[in-house]
Amino acid sequence: MKTATQCVHIESNDDPHCSISPPIYQTATFRQPSADEFGEYDYTRSGNPTRSLVERQIARLEGAEFACAFASGMAAISALTRLLGAGEEVIAGDDLYGGTVRLLDQVLPRQGIGVRYVDVTDVEAVREALNPRVRLILIETPSNPTMRIADIRALAGVAREAGALLAVDNSMLSPCNQKPLGLGADVVIHSATKFLCGHSDVTAGALVTDDYDLHRRLAFDQNAEGAGLSPFDSWLLLRGMKTLSLRVERQNESARKIAEFLSSRPEIVRVYYPGLADHPGRSIHCGQSTGDGAVISFTTGDVALSRQVVEATQLFDIAVSFGSIGSTISLPCRMSHASIPQSLRDRLAPPPDLVRLSVGIEDVDDLIEDLSQAFKIAEVPENAQSAVCVA
Amino acid sequence: MATSDNLEPDIYQFLETIALHGGTAPDPTTGAMLTPIYQTTTYRQPAVGEHKGYTYSRSGNPTVTALEGRLAAIEGAEFATAYVTGLAATTVLCLALLKAGDRVVLSQAVYGGTVRLLKQVLAQFGVESDFIDTSDSEALIRALREPAKFLFIETPANPTLKLTDIELAARLSKDAGALLVVDNTLLTPALQRPLDLGADIVLHSTTKFIEGHNATVGGSLITRSAELHEKLAFVRNAVGAIQAAFPAWLTLQGVKTLPLRMAQHSANALRVARFLESRKEVEWIAYPGLESFPQYELAKRQQQAGGALIAFEVKGGVEAGVRLMNSVKLCSLAENLGSAETLITHPVSMTHGDVPPEQRASAGITDGLVRLSVGLENPDDLIADIDQALK
Repeated sequence: MKTATQCVHIESNDDPHCSISPPIYQTATFRQPSADEFGEYDYTRSGNPTRSLVERQIARLEGAEFACAFASGMAAISALTRLLGAGEEVIAGDDLYGGTVRLLDQVLPRQGIGVRYVDVTDVEAVREALNPRVRLILIETPSNPTMRIADIRALAGVAREAGALLAVDNSMLSPCNQKPLGLGADVVIHSATKFLCGHSDVTAGALVTDDYDLHRRLAFDQNAEGAGLSPFDSWLLLRGMKTLSLRVERQNESARKIAEFLSSRPEIVRVYYPGLADHPGRSIHCGQSTGDGAVISFTTGDVALSRQVVEATQLFDIAVSFGSIGSTISLPCRMSHASIPQSLRDRLAPPPDLVRLSVGIEDVDDLIEDLSQAFKIAEVPENAQSAVCVA
Repeated sequence: MATSDNLEPDIYQFLETIALHGGTAPDPTTGAMLTPIYQTTTYRQPAVGEHKGYTYSRSGNPTVTALEGRLAAIEGAEFATAYVTGLAATTVLCLALLKAGDRVVLSQAVYGGTVRLLKQVLAQFGVESDFIDTSDSEALIRALREPAKFLFIETPANPTLKLTDIELAARLSKDAGALLVVDNTLLTPALQRPLDLGADIVLHSTTKFIEGHNATVGGSLITRSAELHEKLAFVRNAVGAIQAAFPAWLTLQGVKTLPLRMAQHSANALRVARFLESRKEVEWIAYPGLESFPQYELAKRQQQAGGALIAFEVKGGVEAGVRLMNSVKLCSLAENLGSAETLITHPVSMTHGDVPPEQRASAGITDGLVRLSVGLENPDDLIADIDQALK
């Protein structure tokens, strides 16, 4: 079955009324048949039928057997890191999302877990960084926000040789554009808040795998620490995912046009978008993905100018997050990646003049028109001046 | 009348009023009496680096903030954080206050999920946990001779209902340089005020009496210390185990009837307890509101009433207990407690299955122990149901 069909057809649970849209089991607990025989569900922290449906659906879309849904993307990543014990290490890409860096850098060390940031676009560098303590390699591809491409197949091979797990955060592309488990990854991470949900109305995360034992360990932790997704949010996420394929198709297409438009603008120093022919790692990207996604970054060489562009757009909302039907614009260095500790800023933070766009499903001509007028306003010297004052 | 301009939670003296009005103001935009459900992940920002208090719902959401204000107010505190489950709250508490090599002391008869978290999840990060009989002052003094980061007590203990003297525990932990954390889930601030008795942090599984309708799972950590609150809020955001907007709203609605419900739960439980005590089929019964309860004097001193929980064993041990549970009709056999409906549970096979048998034995959790969470039905109906099941 093709992804677009899978998106619409949710596997049914045993709802006796055969409702096409599944019921929301807004309950904490479940009556048991007797004191010594238990039903499939006993307590919503441990499992809930609405959450089970969303977990099965996310797993199906990733072409996988199993998934666990969490209260946020960070709760999912946090649960994944519970596979490690004191004295063990994570190898992490050196341009991960700021929240992931905060977790790796400020929470895990207290539990005796080490982290090393490596340029994961360089497979040899990853191989050299390995040691017997490394249990997990954690990457994003394309990375957020600089769109660096890591070779999933090659890294899966390196991880396998070292006895480590490869986890790929697939939030940027969604399973419609990339299915990392088929390329050898052990775990796929989602901030389901992004494309999967797509409507800016749910904060959620997921861990997807084909490995039953690994899934059992993750599900154990989901129950033990209690960070599973609520029934209502599970239902909203299920609903949102019905249009995933449609949305992503439109967003891919609009993003390509906007990336081409940006490339033609004289104000712009560099456009970061894996769909551009000269994007570094483009051939690896094409070998592992079927689409390029809806997130585009660009630099102008001038922080004040970048900030003016961000503030002069009318249709693009200034907001963190990405992947929604509504277009957003941000300065990651000041917003989504501001949580990167000062000590790691130079190495891990995006350039201060980098603007990130998440392209929504509006008419693309309106979006290009909005960006054109924003550039015009930003280029008036007085405006740039006032931006400096505000800063 | 309180408006958003002059709202001062402190002006309310009585819990019935605080439960309805404390800590939150009517919606500032429309004046709606009920806080809107902000089912949103992200917030539009007027300019880069400027926002109206909220940027991303993992970090903060107005509906969740309203719940937190109310929870802090009913416990007589300034600060509260809300979580996706009670165990998520316990997890964040541990991650915020402990690092590898640290030690904690806990009540032997805490909730089974708390034991699993400490022994099976946090132990791998080198956190040492000692479970002791905190109702025994000698045992407390001995345990606190070794350095400990915090003392974690549950009183009444679940499911044995053994009490720990909160004032004494606060004094001893203070002398030992440890914080005192009290899980107040079983009594709620309507019946017990741990912060007034010297505790530093109160923990709730809001799934239970606080929400009270068996409709949500949730947790909270409440404190008067800004410094502790900041640590907790930081880790919650970093690991993302947040409460979602919709369950937060349902919980906020549930809190409004908390004082009424707790009074009725206690009155009903006392009736049922007196009935059980009078029956020859009952081997033993523990209920803090009965004069025969070994710590009746302490119960009168630190509790407003006996609460909803009753522990008892019928003659004939496990088999007779299971027979009883399978014969009740009105009481639902389910994991959980604290809902409007009466729930009957066999802790050894259900809620406390993850507690090692030795620890269960020394905590007084016998194999035949039956836990009753007395609900809000008419007590005569409940007594009739138990009566026919005993026969």
